Amino acid sequence: MTKESHVGESAGPKSAAPPQPLTMMSLVAPALGWLVPGAGHLIQKRWGRGLLLMLSVVVMFVLGVLMEGKIYAFNTGDILDMLGFVGDLGAGGLYIVSRALDIGRGAINLATADYGTKYIIVSGLLNIISAVDAYDIAIGKKK
Amino acid sequence: MTVQLSHFSAALVFALFASIVFGITQRSEQREMIRYGAKCFVFFALGTIAAGWFMWILRH
Repeated sequence: MTKESHVGESAGPKSAAPPQPLTMMSLVAPALGWLVPGAGHLIQKRWGRGLLLMLSVVVMFVLGVLMEGKIYAFNTGDILDMLGFVGDLGAGGLYIVSRALDIGRGAINLATADYGTKYIIVSGLLNIISAVDAYDIAIGKKK
Repeated sequence: MTVQLSHFSAALVFALFASIVFGITQRSEQREMIRYGAKCFVFFALGTIAAGWFMWILRH
């Protein structure tokens, strides 16, 4: 894959640093970023970006729970349920804590609960994008 | 405690947070991040309105 296709227009050969070999940070940053939203950026001193990512993912997840959205457990049933689980799992620590506290059962009598379910899934997917971005920073592909 | 958002406000809140993450992760320079995030938000919001009108036309 070419360098240009990763981070968009502004990450061409002129602006991006050459990729560096695998380091401890390139392993820790995405893992921590997955576990705690935004932490992958914070550990690399990208304070503003890290806090904004954390705010976005956490608020979206919490709003989803407050809207009585459903948090999927591991399952081998319906394909959409399985995909829902994968999306939810992307939220990392938020998912683990909410499953441990047994919240996010979903309320089928509320129309807005379905929005909540989607909020939770999307917050997980956004967190995965954030973790990948933290990895790109760690290997020097992005500033 | 529960939160109940209307369909439109839920879409706008969704657009706001998704745009922030897209802006930060898909661009390298700070100025570009803000511009791309704002562009995503506008497209999300306009897309929601356009889809709403499209469904209204389908129904009528």
